[in-house]
Amino acid sequence: MAALAPIDGPAAVSDWLSGWRAGPGDGTVAAADWLAPARAAAAGRFAAHGLPNRRVEDWRYTNLSRLTGLELDWTPAPAEVAKESLPALVFGREADCRLVLVNGQVRPALSTVPALPAGTLLTSLADALAAGRQDVAALLRERVAVDGGALKALNDSWLEDGYVLIVPDGVTVEMPIEILSVGTGGALPPAYQPRNLIVAGAGSRVTVVEHHVGLCIGGYFANGVTDVAAGPEAIVRHCKVQDESKEAIHVALLDAALGRDAMFDSFCFTLGGGISRNELRVSLDGPGAHCRLNGAYLVGGQQHCDHTTAVDHAAPETHSDQLYKGVLDGRARAVFQGKVVVRQDAQQVEGHQMSRALLLSETSEVNTKPELFIHADDVQCSHGATAGDLDAEALFYLRSRGVPEGQARQLLVEAFLNEAIDAVALAGMRLPLERNVARWMAERHAT
Amino acid sequence: MLEIENLHATVGGKPILNGLDLAVAPGEVHAVMGPNGSGKSTLSYVLSGRDGYEVTEGGVLFKGRNLLDLEPEERAAAGLFLAFQYPVEIPGVTNMTFLKHALNGLKVQRGEEELDAMQFLKLVRQKAKALGMSDDMLKRAVNVGFSGGEKKRNEILQMAVLEPAFAVLDETDSGLDIDALKIVADGVNALRGPERSMLVITHYQRLLDYIVPDRVHVLAAGRIVTSGGKELALRLEDEGYGAFAARAA
Ligand SMILES: Nc1ncnc2c1ncn2[C@@H]1O[C@H](COP(=O)(O)OP(=O)(O)O)[C@@H](O)[C@H]1O
Ligand SMILES: [Mg+2]
Repeated sequence: MAALAPIDGPAAVSDWLSGWRAGPGDGTVAAADWLAPARAAAAGRFAAHGLPNRRVEDWRYTNLSRLTGLELDWTPAPAEVAKESLPALVFGREADCRLVLVNGQVRPALSTVPALPAGTLLTSLADALAAGRQDVAALLRERVAVDGGALKALNDSWLEDGYVLIVPDGVTVEMPIEILSVGTGGALPPAYQPRNLIVAGAGSRVTVVEHHVGLCIGGYFANGVTDVAAGPEAIVRHCKVQDESKEAIHVALLDAALGRDAMFDSFCFTLGGGISRNELRVSLDGPGAHCRLNGAYLVGGQQHCDHTTAVDHAAPETHSDQLYKGVLDGRARAVFQGKVVVRQDAQQVEGHQMSRALLLSETSEVNTKPELFIHADDVQCSHGATAGDLDAEALFYLRSRGVPEGQARQLLVEAFLNEAIDAVALAGMRLPLERNVARWMAERHAT
Repeated sequence: MLEIENLHATVGGKPILNGLDLAVAPGEVHAVMGPNGSGKSTLSYVLSGRDGYEVTEGGVLFKGRNLLDLEPEERAAAGLFLAFQYPVEIPGVTNMTFLKHALNGLKVQRGEEELDAMQFLKLVRQKAKALGMSDDMLKRAVNVGFSGGEKKRNEILQMAVLEPAFAVLDETDSGLDIDALKIVADGVNALRGPERSMLVITHYQRLLDYIVPDRVHVLAAGRIVTSGGKELALRLEDEGYGAFAARAA
C-alpha cells in the first residue's frame, strides 16, 4: 500500500496508526483491481479527517481518545475458537442459519449455513470478491467512494472481509439469518473492521440478527460498516444485540438506502462495550419508504454508549419512527443524537423521534441531541426526550403487595424497556431480550 | 391481631398522627371515620411502611411482631394488605403479571410452593369473575386508563387473590356508584372470617350499610377521639364531624 502522509495531531495518534498504515495485506487485492486504489483513496480521506475528536460536532458527546492509548494489533492472526465455546445464541437455541465472524473475519468452519432460497447468497466479502460477484463489487465501489466521516474512511481503507447477504427480487427468506461476531484478544488488543453488505431485491423479505460478543477479558477495537440496499417494496429487518466485552471499543455504522415503499426495521440492544457507538444513516430515497429505528440499552459502571441516527427524507410520503429507551446505572453515560432531514420536494412526510432514559444512579448521565432540518411544508415531525428515576410510587405499590424490592425494580425496568422491545417484530427475540434484562438486573452495575 | 399504641408520626417534619391507640382482634372489622386531613391515609401508609412517614413515638404490634421493623414486602408476607385510596398506575406491567409476582412473592417469603401457570390463571379468573371484571382488564396494564371505580375494584381483586389476614381499606368507597359499591362490599364480605380482620377507612357512613363494622372510631387531628358500636357512624352522619372534633380539642 502507498505510504501515507502523516496525520495531524499528537504524536501518540500517529504511533497508534503505524499498524494501520501497513494495510490489511494483499489477500483480497488480487481479487479485484479496483480495490487497492479505493483503499488508498480512503486512507487519504482518513488522513485528512484524523480521528474524530470532541470538536467535531457529531462526536461532541463521545470521546474516542482512549483509543489512542491502546497499542492495537491491526492484523491479528486467526484466533483459535472452538465451536462449543460460542454462546448459546440469541434465540436461546442453536440457530438454523448462522455465519460466524471472529475478529471481523468469516469462519466457515464455525458457521452453519443451510440451503437458502434460490439465488440467495450468504457468504464472506472475501469470497464474494474472489468469486467475481459484479453486483457486490459495483455496490461496494460506489459506497466506498462516499466520504462518510473519519471512521467510515478508516473502514473503507481496509476492505478485507465481512458478511455479504444478497436476496434476489421477490424472494422471502423465512429463517432469521444470524451473524455472530466474536471479538477475542491476543497479546495485543486486535483492531478489526468488517465490511458488510445486505442487498434486498424488489419485494424481497429478510431478517438479519447480529449478535456481537467478546470471548476475552481484554479489549479490542471493532469498527464495522454495513451497507444496506433495499429495493422497491423490500422489507429488511435488522436486529442487533451488542454484548461486547466491557473493555471493548465498538463503533458501527449502518448505511441504508431504501427504494419505493421499502421498509427498514432496525432494533439495537446495547448491553456491552466500554465505549460503543451505533450509528444509523437511512436514506428514504423512494416514495413511500418507511423506517423504524428502535433501541434499548442497559449500561452501568463506566460504560459509555452512543446511538446516533440520521434519516434523510429524500422522497415524498416517507415515514420514520424512532424510539430509544435505556437504563443507566453507576457512572454510565448514554448519548442519543437523532438527525432528521426533510428535503424540499418531500411532501407528506412523517418523522417522529423519542428518547427516554431511566437513571438508576445519581452519577449516570444521558445527553440527547435532536436535530430537525425541514425544507418541505406538508410535514409532521416530532421529537422528545425524558430522563428520570424509577417511579417510587409504583415501587412501593409492588412491595406493599409482597414483591421483594429487587424483583420489583426488575419488573419496572422491564416494563420501561417493553415499549421499545415490543416493537421488535421478531417473536423469537422477546424471550432472550427479557432474559438479558433479568441477568443485567441481577448483576451489580454501580461501580 | 393489630395493636397500635400511642402512635406519633410525622410527614416531612410535620406531625400528623398524635398519639393514636387502636386494637383490632382477630375476626373483627373496625371502621375509622374522620374529616379530610385528619390523618386516615397517613395511618394506612405508616402501617404499610411507605417511605417518608416517620414514626416518632409509640409502636405497632401485628400478630405479636413489631410491625414497624419490617420492610413493606415483609409486612405483606406477614398478612397485611392496604387497598390504596389512590391506586397507582404501572404502565408496561399487566394486571396478570402484577398479581403473579405479588402472589408468588408472598409464597416465596412464606416458604410455600408457588402456583403453576394454570392454577394461577384459574384462581385469578374465578376471583375476577366474582367482581364482574373482564379478562380484558386482566391483560391491561395495572390501573392504566382505568376509571376511578375500576381502580377500586382492582384493589379488591388483588385482596381477593392475596387473601390477607388483615386488610386496610382506605376510602375504597369513594368514587363508586351504588352498584359498584355493592359488588365491592360483597367482595369484602366474602373474605370475612374468624381469622381475618379489617380496618375500613371511610369518609361516609354509606359503605357501613354494606360492610357492617364491629367497632367505629372517629379520628380527628391524628388521634382517636371517640369509639363506639356501628350506631356511632349514624350519629356522625347526623351531627357531623365538627362536634366530635371540638370535643377532642
Ligand atoms: N407527603 C406529605 N407532605 C406533607 N404533608 C402531607 C403529606 N401527606 C399528607 N400530608 C398532610 O397530612 C395531613 C393528613 O393527610 P391524610 O393522612 O392524607 O388525611 P386523610 O386521609 O384523613 O384525608 C394533611 O394535612 C395533609 O396535608
Ligand atoms: Mg385519605
